[in-house]
Amino acid sequence: MLYLPIPRRALPLLAFLLPLGAAFLWLALTTGPLAPVPVTLATVQVDGIRPSLFGVGTVEARYTYRIGPTVAGRVSRVEVQVGERVKAGQLLGEMDPVDLDDRVTAQEAALRRAQAGVEAARAQVDDAQARRDFATAQVKRYEQLLLAKTASEDTVEAKRQESQVAAAGLQTARANRESAEQELKRVEAEREALVRQRANLRLIAPVDALVVSRDAEPGSTLVAGQSVVEVIDAGQLWVDTRFDQLGAGGLAAGLAARINLRSQPLATLAGVVDRVEPRADAVTEELLAKVGFTPLPDPLPHLGELAEVRVDLAPLPPTPWVPNAALHRRDGQLGVWRLEGNEEPRFVPVEKGLSDLDGRVQILAGLKAGDRVVVHSRSPLSPGSRIEVRDTIPGVTGTFDVPAVSPSSFSGASGLNGGGSVARTPSIPEATSDISSADSPRGPGIPRNPVNPVNPNSPYSPAAPVSGPTSMPGAPR
Amino acid sequence: MISLAGRDILHAWGKFVFTGLGLGLLIGVTLSMAGIYRGMVDDAEVLLDTSGADLWVVQRDTLGPHAESSSLQDDLYRGILTLPGVARAANVTYLTMQVGQGERDRRAMVVGVVPGGPGEPGQPRFLVAGRHLTRGHYEAVADLATGFQMGEQVRIRRNLYTVVGLTRRAVSSGGDPMIFIPLKDAQEAQFLKDNDAIVHQRQRTLANPQLNRPGQPGVLAAVLATQTESSAVNAILVRVTPGADVDAVAADIRRWKRLGVHTRAEMNEILQAKLIATSARQIFMFLVILSVVSAAIVAFIIYTLTLGKIREIAVLKLIGTRNRTIAAMILWQALGLGAIGFMVGKIAASLWAPVFPKYVLLLPGDAARGFAIVMLICTLASLIAIRAALRVDPAEAIGG
Repeated sequence: MLYLPIPRRALPLLAFLLPLGAAFLWLALTTGPLAPVPVTLATVQVDGIRPSLFGVGTVEARYTYRIGPTVAGRVSRVEVQVGERVKAGQLLGEMDPVDLDDRVTAQEAALRRAQAGVEAARAQVDDAQARRDFATAQVKRYEQLLLAKTASEDTVEAKRQESQVAAAGLQTARANRESAEQELKRVEAEREALVRQRANLRLIAPVDALVVSRDAEPGSTLVAGQSVVEVIDAGQLWVDTRFDQLGAGGLAAGLAARINLRSQPLATLAGVVDRVEPRADAVTEELLAKVGFTPLPDPLPHLGELAEVRVDLAPLPPTPWVPNAALHRRDGQLGVWRLEGNEEPRFVPVEKGLSDLDGRVQILAGLKAGDRVVVHSRSPLSPGSRIEVRDTIPGVTGTFDVPAVSPSSFSGASGLNGGGSVARTPSIPEATSDISSADSPRGPGIPRNPVNPVNPNSPYSPAAPVSGPTSMPGAPR
Repeated sequence: MISLAGRDILHAWGKFVFTGLGLGLLIGVTLSMAGIYRGMVDDAEVLLDTSGADLWVVQRDTLGPHAESSSLQDDLYRGILTLPGVARAANVTYLTMQVGQGERDRRAMVVGVVPGGPGEPGQPRFLVAGRHLTRGHYEAVADLATGFQMGEQVRIRRNLYTVVGLTRRAVSSGGDPMIFIPLKDAQEAQFLKDNDAIVHQRQRTLANPQLNRPGQPGVLAAVLATQTESSAVNAILVRVTPGADVDAVAADIRRWKRLGVHTRAEMNEILQAKLIATSARQIFMFLVILSVVSAAIVAFIIYTLTLGKIREIAVLKLIGTRNRTIAAMILWQALGLGAIGFMVGKIAASLWAPVFPKYVLLLPGDAARGFAIVMLICTLASLIAIRAALRVDPAEAIGG
């Protein structure tokens, strides 16, 4: 027994010690600095990536009409409720005319009086005409009698004088008639003016529109410029969108857009960039653009609702690309860990170009198609790191490829983890107001006209007395 | 010599192995405690590593953004970018909060970063899955420790965010895992109130005749707008150009921009000496006590093991065994016990370390030190035992 290399009694002890030693060795090799770093790889491919932009904005009306009185007054009636559709020319409400109706009545009486005056003057003209004709005839008769010496010179002279008086009377009557006619015109114009003033108190819809707010109720007193009813052109809604300035250089009018409303996150609506504002937001570093719906959804989206907008820019010419998770910065140098021939990763500097929303980054220099690069790693790599290639890093669960919404995503083209695209899903409705979306600040100016169409097409509309699609969070809607 | 020790062990191997196992578990606890301490310190380090910055620009006279609160306007970074020696500057916000996911929620540090691309200051250093942030809103890159999965929706305040990437070992100094979201969302999450509070604030403003003047509806809109704006960030992360003097750039910012600046060394000092100082020292004190207690127990066990064999040793002496042989037997047994204990301890610590909620960092250096200490204690304890063994009277072997 003594001479056996392993005594039989030692077997149980060895049965304990050997696994212990093995476990210790295994731990030392799989944890700690000797362990290889699990990584996932991607092969560099050549493709024309399609950069797209992601922005958020609020639904706004292109034309907002705030309808109110031109002079201070009291509201006598409001005929429409919020949400009603109105036709152009429809009566929306009316201001209290106070004594205006009585003044119109008085003016009508004055008009009738003036008409009577004109008739009287015309009758006087006829009368004077008749007198003059008679006087003229008398003169002729007496002049013949004078030739026959049957009338005296004196009598003829008296008749001539009578005739001149009659002519002057006719002249006077004609002048009186002209005066009465002018008076009639004056009274008529004055009445017309009062009627127009009266009509001005009626609040009329300027276009076919949708009532979005009823700001004053009958009985309330308003100053000039305050609105009674706010209506919008329901056929023209757009999303006032804000895009981060980073990489948004290709944003231009006419590009197709996809819009997701917060209330229907899964329904993607079609849109088009109507206009990119010449003026960007300097504080938030965002570009502003108006994205119209094509076609307008039914039912209408809510004004002020949050919307997400994706704009696909023009596809780029094919270049090698890598997922953005593969890019690292070491000592100020951007690069990737490329697998060399001996399966060892080496940091190679690259020059990156544009990128898309799915995280593909153009590589302008440093890599070629077919190169294998490290995408994910369990810990940061350093030169000389031992790596172990896996499909996924241990501990990672879940998948990334939620239903693809992006037509720009190259389904199947990527042999990469995380190459898909993400559908945005619901967010909780927001109570906050986004005020910073107006074309021009809401000015308290006094409009000359009860109807004030605002034209947000002009980004610089300082003179617009009532501003465009600003939402007023406190106002009842 | 070995054979004597070996034969003695074989004689009662069960006792030997179970003593070794018990010792091992004790050593494992001590090693884990050392790992917990190292993990705390490493959390602070990794927070700074994740920032990827050389300089932290914060509110003047604060130790922000982690040790004290700090608030800066978000356009200040442009001025800093123009300074010589500054390569990159990026806004960042930090907010530790509950992040909801379905029914449960998880404590996490929400980091708002500019989605400018990989390698920018503040971005996660590496990913274990997915991609970096590309959209300006409603995306998140989460740490694995949050338990969130790829493609999952998580709730931060009133918004839902899709997890598009996962990272690892991105934690706050308190060990809370990080969630990276776009800066603008983070600013909103940090400074915006809940819906009810906003509605109440609006009503208060509407009721104020100074702010809601008849005939001037523009005033009210402007006032409400200012109430919901948030343009503050917690810090600006600055990376200097390679070769630039970090301290000189820091001095420039301090002098000309009149802002607070911390270098990497200062941040380390702030985090370790101020933020985690007491809790780390607490753990360290406990580690010291645990080490002392473990050492004492190891020593006692070896001593009592030897004393338990005192009769056999007397017999050995009686049959004329040399003192050297007896001493070697005791020493080798003690060292063997220590080796088994260390291996069991290391394995146990490695196995249960991932179960801890906070990070446990088992450094190979610590293990080596621990091994040396265990061997030293075993040697010392066996010396005492040897002294007791050698003084035994051989007559005891045959006496009562």
